[in-house]
Amino acid sequence: MMISMEHYLIVSSIMFFVGIYGFIARKNLLAVLISIELILNSVEINFSVFNRYLYPEHMEGLFFSLFGIAISAAETAVAIAIIINVYRLANNIDVRHIDKMKH
Amino acid sequence: MEGIANVIIFYLLAAAIIVSSVLAVTSRKIFRAATYLLLVLIGTAGLYLMLNYHFLAVVQLSVYAGGILILFIFAILLTSSKGDRTEPHDRRRGLSGALTALAGLGVTTWATLKHRFLYGGNPTVLGDHETDMKAVGQTLMGTDKYEYLLSFEALSILLLVCAIGGILIARKR
Amino acid sequence: MGYTVYIILVPMLMFLFLGLGSKWLRPRVAGLCGTLGMAVSTLLSYATAYRYFFVEGLQDGAYPALTAWSVQWLQFGDTLHIDMGVLLDPISVMMLVVITTVSLMVHVYSFGYMKGERGFQRYYAFLSLFSFSMLGLVVATNIFQMYIFWELVGASSYLLIGFYYTKPAAIAASKKAFIVTRFADLGFLIGILILSYYTGTFDFGLLTADDASLAVTSMAGGSFLGLSAATWAMALLFMGAAGKSAMFPLHIWLPDAMEGPTPVSALIHAATMVVAGVYLIARMFPLYYFAAPDVLTLVTYVGAFTALFAAVIAITQTDIKRVLAFSTISQIAYMMVALGVSGMGGHAGEGYTASMFHLFTHAFFKALLFLGAGAVIHAVHSNEMEAMGGLRKYLPVTHITFLVACFSIAGIPPFSGFFSKDEILSAAFGHDKFIFTVLLLVAGLTAFYMFRLYFRIFWGTERKYEVRPHEAPASMLVPLVFLALLSCAVGWLPFSRLVSSDGIPYRLGIDWAIAAGGILVSLAGIAVATRFYMRERGLAARVAAKWAGFWRAAYHRFYIDEAWQFVTKKILFRCVSTPVAWFDRHAIDGGIDALGTGTQQLSRAVRGMQSGRVQTYAAVFVWSVLVIVVCVFIF
Repeated sequence: MMISMEHYLIVSSIMFFVGIYGFIARKNLLAVLISIELILNSVEINFSVFNRYLYPEHMEGLFFSLFGIAISAAETAVAIAIIINVYRLANNIDVRHIDKMKH
Repeated sequence: MEGIANVIIFYLLAAAIIVSSVLAVTSRKIFRAATYLLLVLIGTAGLYLMLNYHFLAVVQLSVYAGGILILFIFAILLTSSKGDRTEPHDRRRGLSGALTALAGLGVTTWATLKHRFLYGGNPTVLGDHETDMKAVGQTLMGTDKYEYLLSFEALSILLLVCAIGGILIARKR
Repeated sequence: MGYTVYIILVPMLMFLFLGLGSKWLRPRVAGLCGTLGMAVSTLLSYATAYRYFFVEGLQDGAYPALTAWSVQWLQFGDTLHIDMGVLLDPISVMMLVVITTVSLMVHVYSFGYMKGERGFQRYYAFLSLFSFSMLGLVVATNIFQMYIFWELVGASSYLLIGFYYTKPAAIAASKKAFIVTRFADLGFLIGILILSYYTGTFDFGLLTADDASLAVTSMAGGSFLGLSAATWAMALLFMGAAGKSAMFPLHIWLPDAMEGPTPVSALIHAATMVVAGVYLIARMFPLYYFAAPDVLTLVTYVGAFTALFAAVIAITQTDIKRVLAFSTISQIAYMMVALGVSGMGGHAGEGYTASMFHLFTHAFFKALLFLGAGAVIHAVHSNEMEAMGGLRKYLPVTHITFLVACFSIAGIPPFSGFFSKDEILSAAFGHDKFIFTVLLLVAGLTAFYMFRLYFRIFWGTERKYEVRPHEAPASMLVPLVFLALLSCAVGWLPFSRLVSSDGIPYRLGIDWAIAAGGILVSLAGIAVATRFYMRERGLAARVAAKWAGFWRAAYHRFYIDEAWQFVTKKILFRCVSTPVAWFDRHAIDGGIDALGTGTQQLSRAVRGMQSGRVQTYAAVFVWSVLVIVVCVFIF
């Protein structure tokens, strides 16, 4: 009994859609950001899984994951800066107060 | 017997990841959510180890668990002065999120299981095929085909820009 | 003779000047400017008339139609184009003289009559506009130019009738005049279009040349509902003419138009606008005679009926201006009849000459009557006969001039009305005995109601006047005296030597047999009026009581207004306008509104999606991706 590729993929899918759920349902901006991290993480798992199972002699998936991690770090830094700024302006970090995009 | 142990470890990791991620998005206390996120990230690092991507696992731990999580905790401490309880969930939004997530999961699972991958999970590939650290370094710094110096540099500039941008955005005016 | 264009341009410029500058001009200055402008036009008209008749004179034994000035305005096709120009021929020159003279008199008269009125400057601006339109109408070189000025006349008369725009009756009257004449003008326009469609020209010269052969040949084939195209076109033109000239049943606007200032009534409703219809028929006379003789018969009978009808109503009216209004209708109808019974060329065209002659003389004595009535109203501040009586002591000049006008309109020699009326009677006698009889009767009625008016104003028992009536100021008396002199004099003009149906002068003597009949009938009318009204002995009231039903019907103008009201309100409004309005409001407007509100609601819905909440966007995005994925996998 071996662990097939689909096992990993299903785990990452669950993680992905839990992230989607959190993104849609949560009101706290940080919680939304956490959801985004989950989504990114699941994608990275997928990259490495595809690499390992389908093209073990290559390293594209590995590097994609690597860069993905770096990019998510960058994104988190900026996002948190924005969140802090929003907190300063509105004194809370509730998503519902940040609907000024439509204006 | 090693195979069996692998399977057991995988299922343990998978269960930990799934449970932690669900808790991370449902927990009312944002600090706890961050903690569950840490568990998810560590579990993911475990998966990388099982895939024999040791370097990736280390990066995952150091960057995610070490860096990003610290940022999160900073932000949480800075922004939750009135206690870290989030407001009660909005029923309607929770429902719509859950519905979306379940539908997406269904479609994805269905697609994954239905699709015959070119390589149907042949176990022979998963030997002690550890990634060579030297090869990783050369590929990262190389300029040939399938080598990533340009992306690496672009990414470093991106990180720099983000660092400056973060400071610029968050600084007090 | 290019300077003739200034006859028209001066009043127009004066209108612009007075209209734009009325805020800054003092009333006296504005009035003086308007009067001076009109005086210039008048002198130019006299000079034109002198040159046309006596310097240029006859060419090949006939008075030519000269185009003194012309400019092409709109080109439609090879032959079809609209010009603006000045056409000089005997009748247009005659009209120039009439219009400018009467208009000048009215300008002078208004100085006294309108003194102290609000909008004095505006009044003079409108007078200038009206004079301009009327002059442009009579010198039109083509039927379209005539139509343009025709409408301008309608618009400016609307402005003048409604001059007292704070008075509801005046507003209603101006609207009525405008709508009724406008309705008739619709016929005129359609007639023009039919005519120009077949003949391919608007030009009077081309239309009337060679016994109107162009129209006769080109319109030979067309017919509609059993009548030829020519008949239709000319009948529709007559409809327009009937509207402006207040022929039955389109006469209803004229009595109401008396709500305007009295000098305006003198100008519009005696001398100028109301004769435009007669002028139009005269202008197109060859076409009527050769292309559509049936319509000429129609003109005759409508005219004869209107003359009698209006004369009967005039007897019963108590408002002195209304009496004059119905008298005008009756006299204009006289002119129409004269045209209707006329032939073409030489003595056969006696009716044509007579019609123009009567137009000429009528303009002066009717203007005099209106201005005299204005002087009376000025003195007693009322239009009603009840408020008058015995005024001959107080208003001697007005009394004498009014008497002259009454004799003139009654057709007593040697006053001018006698000559023209005699010619009309003579022409009718030669054509149709029945029409002649009607006209003779009308002549008697005319004498009767005019002298009824005269006696009730200047004789009869004296009323108790709160303020002693005083003679009008000099600015009003001068026009009265001048017009009275004209009324005496113009009858002696050898009119047939100047104006004839074919332009060739001929001799037309007085037919004393017919003249004697006319004079006798008129004298009878005067005698009856004298018996009835010179002293109030209740005789008139007894006769009226005897004929009570008829008298009441006539007093209410035979309920023609009510009939029109019924037709428009009950039938047109209810059966046509209301459903159309409903359809417009609900179906068309409703459709547009539904489109608008639909768009609005849609946009509101779309805007609702644009909540600005990233999470909603993300949910939509995920769902969309899912749908696409499913689609890709299934298909």
